Amino acid sequence: MAKITVAVDGTTYQDEVEPRMLLVQYLREKVGKTGTLIGCDTSNCGACTVLLDGASVKSCSVLAVQADGHEVTTIEGLAGINGELHPVQQAFHDKHALQCGYCTPGMIMRSVCLLNENPHPTEAEIREGLNGNLCRCTGYQNIVAAVQQAADALATAGGAR
Amino acid sequence: MIPASFDYTAPTTLADALAALAQGGDDAKILAGGQSLLPVLKLRMAAPGLLIDLGKIDELRGVRREGDTIVVGAMTTHHDVIADPLVREHLSLLAKTTEQVADAQVRYRGTLGGALAHADPAGDLGAVTVALDAQMRIAGPNGTRSVPAAQFFTDYFTTALAENEILTGIAFDSFAGWGAHYEKFHTVSQAWSTVAVAAAVLVAGGTVTAARVALTNMGPTPIRARAVEAALVDGPASDDAVRAAAQAATEGTAPVDDATAPAAYRSHLARVLTGRAVLAAAG
Repeated sequence: MAKITVAVDGTTYQDEVEPRMLLVQYLREKVGKTGTLIGCDTSNCGACTVLLDGASVKSCSVLAVQADGHEVTTIEGLAGINGELHPVQQAFHDKHALQCGYCTPGMIMRSVCLLNENPHPTEAEIREGLNGNLCRCTGYQNIVAAVQQAADALATAGGAR
Repeated sequence: MIPASFDYTAPTTLADALAALAQGGDDAKILAGGQSLLPVLKLRMAAPGLLIDLGKIDELRGVRREGDTIVVGAMTTHHDVIADPLVREHLSLLAKTTEQVADAQVRYRGTLGGALAHADPAGDLGAVTVALDAQMRIAGPNGTRSVPAAQFFTDYFTTALAENEILTGIAFDSFAGWGAHYEKFHTVSQAWSTVAVAAAVLVAGGTVTAARVALTNMGPTPIRARAVEAALVDGPASDDAVRAAAQAATEGTAPVDDATAPAAYRSHLARVLTGRAVLAAAG
């Protein structure tokens, strides 16, 4: 077993984990952050995307021990303290950027990171920037529209959170 | 999918990592960014007893200049390679190719050294090191050595690294001012290359004065297309001349027949993509 200290959505956790435990398992089974989903489990689909020190990563392909000493943000850490949605969450809601919703947590976390990297992406840059996240329902059109709305909202609000 | 049990150590110096590797023997495996290794472990295609994580060794990260040489630390992530000003100025081919590796999430974790040591013939970055004659810097229990990229890749998923050695950095000459392009054919946007071509050219007054071309996934290792280079140099950087030179792209190749593509189709791709890559590099 290995001792790790990880900050998840603003709370610091100290745990003993098996070295083989994946970050996504740790988040779901130890910390209880079941908002982060396991999709393909082979690093293709992006459903398990979280932010590790602000960088979007596939948490099925990171070990929990590799997150030792680092900060993780999951979909459950995006909303404000009174439950107001993050502009990217609000945009996915407004633009109906989902059908079954399974890809949505990963899609939103990758979109948050994308808008931090590039606050004013073109449509092509959005599609390229989301190519590690698969959606089997929407055909992506409304997802792209949501990211565009979020980019405008964040620009108006004075930058990404 | 859960990997088989293993012990884990995350040393903070290269010396400690080499010591752990010496102690672990052939049951130990180096963990770099984990974007190839962790899927392999999860599929139980490998079950090492000890993982030695290089992620906490600062000296293996980052890009630096040593005189005329640009050295990329083995643990520099793809994301950081793309953003690095030295890479952008001197190694445009490396930057442009790395932008096409996998997807953004994988590029935040995956490393140049990890990708090269994994030596997947469909991986994109081996061709860059072969095209640009990079030197692989290797540390072992008896000191350091340097291996040219062309001799580093020895077979499918096999390199010149001994089991007690660690790839520490990749040293490149400057290619500032060269045009560069990586032309990649794959069936799904984030998938491995079916075939791809790395090209860097120097053009003066419409004439190609120097050319470097290497192929991805046309054999067990990345392959330098020297016949194409020879056909290009001192010729015009014109559509016809480049496409004619590109016909030599399959010389010395040994493409596989697999579920993605038959060998004959890979050969066709190599010729077409070489023409496109060189023309795009020539601007």
